[in-house]
Amino acid sequence: MARVEPVVEALAIHKSFGDLEVLKGVNLTVAPQELVFIIGPSGSGKSTLLRCCNLLEEPSSGVVKITGEDITAAGVDINQVRQRIGMVFQSFNLYPHMSALGNVSLALRKVKKQPRAQAEAKAQEALERVGLAHKADAYPTELSGGQQQRVAIARAIAMEPDVMLFDEPTSALDPELVGSVLEVMRELRKSGMTMVVVSHEMRFARDAADRVLFMDAGMVVEEGPPDEVFGAPKHERTKAFLASVNGH
Amino acid sequence: MDVFLDEFFNAEVMLKYLPEIIDGFWVTLWLAFLVVVSGLTFGLGLALLRAYQNPVVNAAIILFVDLFRALPPLVIIIVGFFGLPFVGIRLSGFLISWLSLTCVLAAFTEEIYWAGITSVNKGQWEAARSTGLGFGGTLFFVVIPQAIRMTIPPLTNRTIAITKNTALASVVAVPEMLTVAQTSLAYAANTSPLTLAAAGYLLIFFPLTMLSRWIETRFAWKR
Repeated sequence: MARVEPVVEALAIHKSFGDLEVLKGVNLTVAPQELVFIIGPSGSGKSTLLRCCNLLEEPSSGVVKITGEDITAAGVDINQVRQRIGMVFQSFNLYPHMSALGNVSLALRKVKKQPRAQAEAKAQEALERVGLAHKADAYPTELSGGQQQRVAIARAIAMEPDVMLFDEPTSALDPELVGSVLEVMRELRKSGMTMVVVSHEMRFARDAADRVLFMDAGMVVEEGPPDEVFGAPKHERTKAFLASVNGH
Repeated sequence: MDVFLDEFFNAEVMLKYLPEIIDGFWVTLWLAFLVVVSGLTFGLGLALLRAYQNPVVNAAIILFVDLFRALPPLVIIIVGFFGLPFVGIRLSGFLISWLSLTCVLAAFTEEIYWAGITSVNKGQWEAARSTGLGFGGTLFFVVIPQAIRMTIPPLTNRTIAITKNTALASVVAVPEMLTVAQTSLAYAANTSPLTLAAAGYLLIFFPLTMLSRWIETRFAWKR
């Protein structure tokens, strides 16, 4: 059977900040069109692992491959690689001095070097996909948190990445705004986007994830289909974590 | 009261020296304009250079900035005008004044721009870099526009404060407004030319303060 090339392959990732070892040899493999969900208590290293995938954090050791290309190798043009990895942040990080359209089209114009008209058409398309075509001229401060996060998603998908990384995309949102962002993520998933999601949205994980990783203290403790991890967790730590999360 | 009016608002004296004051006005305006443009540009250039974090370059920038912030502008102008000829550099008073004030304005504004650059949220860098934008592109398109907007009030403030020092050019015989006013004052034995000069300064700097207010509101964004 031919091996399908994983979109993301992070192997034996170690990451230390000073004396603090945040990742202690973590492996993460994501197949095309797969949605991998990473859960775990805060400080477990899940965000750091995600940030190692596009080298926003440089792993202390280990290899990260994106569609087979070792991006941790010397001489790799990281800006080239990052065009293929979309990222969505907890705090949205929209550019406050630009309209929604400006936010989405900036990288198209300055990284992909598309002419303004072409970039803006493409950006408008991306905004349409997140249901915000009518907000193209709005500035981030004129948008709700949920809308801002959807613009941030549009900014990432406009680059047509091979994989999307979501770093707690709904954690900064008021509860009533979470739904709109999850809806967009569900749509993305349906369209076949490969996704890695760090989040506490357990119900979303159950519904949408192909695989769930539970991380604790810098290691992957348990991984499997959501039914298994949520329904019949094998490890004590997983059980304890899920109990504490479901407790409230 | 008549004495006061005669001393400060003598119409005859004013009329007589008005043409010369106007000549001086243009010199002051031109010098101020040059200082604003070159000082703000040079300061921004230094801040951009500093963002690249080269230790040697940064040490040089910090030395330059601290030096020109510490020295009184008058000292810089005098040293430039009377000192540089000893090392074979002979520049006109106008050029010395322009260069001196440019360096002073650049030194102060570099610190302001730099404070703006460092106060831009780290998330902005990460978001831009994650889309494939390089360091320079991120600095230029994402960070600097925000840094400048944030620092417009201190920038305009400092710009006005430094640019007013064009009057110091009078000590190196630049025929700017204050020089002319002082000469006229001596000839006429009457202070009215100084009144004209004061009016001239208001004419230059009052619109500048209003312009800076307009810029502040124009480029502010809701937070």
